Amino acid sequence: MTIQASKPVVLEPLKAPQVPPKRRRRKRLPYLLLAPAVLALLVGMGYPLGWQVLNSFREYGLAQQFGQAPAWVGLDNYIALLTDGFFWSVLLKSVAFMAATAGATMVIGIGLALLMKVIPTWSRIALQVAMLVAWAMPIVAQMTVWNWLINDRNGVLNSLLSNVPGVNLVGHNWLVDPLSFFFVASVIITWASVPFVALSVYAGLTQVPDEVVEAAGLDGAGGFQMLRRITLPILRPILVILILLQLIWDLRVYAQIELLQGFGAAGDRYDLLGTYIYGLGIGQGQFGMAAAAAMLVMFFTVAISWVYVRELLKEDK
Amino acid sequence: MSNRISPFRSLATVLAAVLTVMWVFPVFWMLNSSFQSATTISSLTPAWNPFDGSLANYRAVLTNSSFGSALGMSLAVTGIALVVCLLFAFLGALAVSRFRFKGRKSFVIAIIVVQMLPAEAMFIAQYKMLAGVNLLNSIAGVSIIYIAMVIPFSLWMLRGFVAGVPADLEEAAMIDGCTRFQAFMRVTFPLLAPGLVASGVYAFLQIWNEFALASIILTKSDTATLPLWLRNFAQPSSLGMIEWGQVMAGSVLVAVPVIIFFLVVQNRMTSGLVGGAVKG
Repeated sequence: MTIQASKPVVLEPLKAPQVPPKRRRRKRLPYLLLAPAVLALLVGMGYPLGWQVLNSFREYGLAQQFGQAPAWVGLDNYIALLTDGFFWSVLLKSVAFMAATAGATMVIGIGLALLMKVIPTWSRIALQVAMLVAWAMPIVAQMTVWNWLINDRNGVLNSLLSNVPGVNLVGHNWLVDPLSFFFVASVIITWASVPFVALSVYAGLTQVPDEVVEAAGLDGAGGFQMLRRITLPILRPILVILILLQLIWDLRVYAQIELLQGFGAAGDRYDLLGTYIYGLGIGQGQFGMAAAAAMLVMFFTVAISWVYVRELLKEDK
Repeated sequence: MSNRISPFRSLATVLAAVLTVMWVFPVFWMLNSSFQSATTISSLTPAWNPFDGSLANYRAVLTNSSFGSALGMSLAVTGIALVVCLLFAFLGALAVSRFRFKGRKSFVIAIIVVQMLPAEAMFIAQYKMLAGVNLLNSIAGVSIIYIAMVIPFSLWMLRGFVAGVPADLEEAAMIDGCTRFQAFMRVTFPLLAPGLVASGVYAFLQIWNEFALASIILTKSDTATLPLWLRNFAQPSSLGMIEWGQVMAGSVLVAVPVIIFFLVVQNRMTSGLVGGAVKG
């Protein structure tokens, strides 16, 4: 027995047939347990993903909708997209939107977390509850309520802002000018995503050991030095994950843009990648092109998220 | 931090109060408007006191047959998707955290990668798939996609909970004469209940709130889920009018149950998404 046990693992497969039935069932059990989840993922995501990869290399337009076989066109769809000025303008707009919104969310979120650290408990709890309530709002309710706040005729925002001397915004429509449209979208999304960042960073801050802070204080570190040399390095892992999640989430803002467009700003001037792909595919029936555009977005997101995946895997050890 | 009342600290407190108001204001305004009559709402100076209003808007929404049908649709889709998703994810979580098997590591990586795939970049393909088997505008169709959408995170979350219950406990029960299955049912499962509830509420929120995919798959008004119903309800009528009071009452009805559920699990959600990152 002892000799066998110390033998190299390579010999294991040869022994397999002699394993008693119970043992063999034990070996199959994890696979059986995984099977339903894997099957569900294959049906709901695997198959569509495969379809998408295939059709991004095929001509699949209206003619194919009516039965003509899709023809292989190699990289044509990708080339058509990457040489299309409009695609680039949408892509750049999306990236700018992502950077601005994620940046604002992170800065405000971290600022709020630091603020929560210095204010009295009662006002911190009030702020935390306000954050949680805003965070919990379903996207559709968020957008509907904000659309009412910024309503041109009876909206409370225009009415409040018009109290400022020299400002008259009664009747001002915030959604007509594309830049203003994206600004509104960015403000709403920032409002909705700051709570997650603020509360996560605050949770991280409470784990910064007091002794370290005290020691740094005794050594003569000021508030800003403390932040830069002690707090931020300790928070680094959490901040990396948060910024990545924000970037990914703000790149794929389909629902918010779609809803805001539905509230009175229709047209491709107001498109970001999500609504652009929808228009290309379901709107115009150019499924091959839409698949290629979706693949580009996917590639981009996976590239950003790779860092996040690595951080999570470290944790899994 | 010292507890002296310094000018810096009072300034910070004032700032915090302003921010609290900013974050809670849209929610307050939703409630405020939901109690106001159409005439109050359409006056040029907004009215700030919600308590002189009435429940008329809520009555109007609740007696609207489209709200009832959307509620039914949401309950059906969420119920089916939630039960299936939790069951599958739980079994998968057991496999991943209780067994060492070939391919385990790749599976864990796959789960994380799938989670990262932008759902928004697959809608067209999912739409075509469901159109191909005639499942557009059906509960089954949308549930199939939701199950796949929510399994990765649920599995990931449950994995943490299962790993948190030491396998030694099960082994101890087995030494005392339980079969493996009995040991699991009597020892591990009760300890996992809070984790199941938390993951369940999380999955519930994901499915119940989902708008983007639903708007593509469920295009008929009689198959609308609650989020779609609210979107449709907030559109101007043929005369270009929007009953803002009723729309806000609808928003309250859609949002408040979600906010309550959310407050129950929020701690776990924060730690689930970034958990362990600071422990180092």
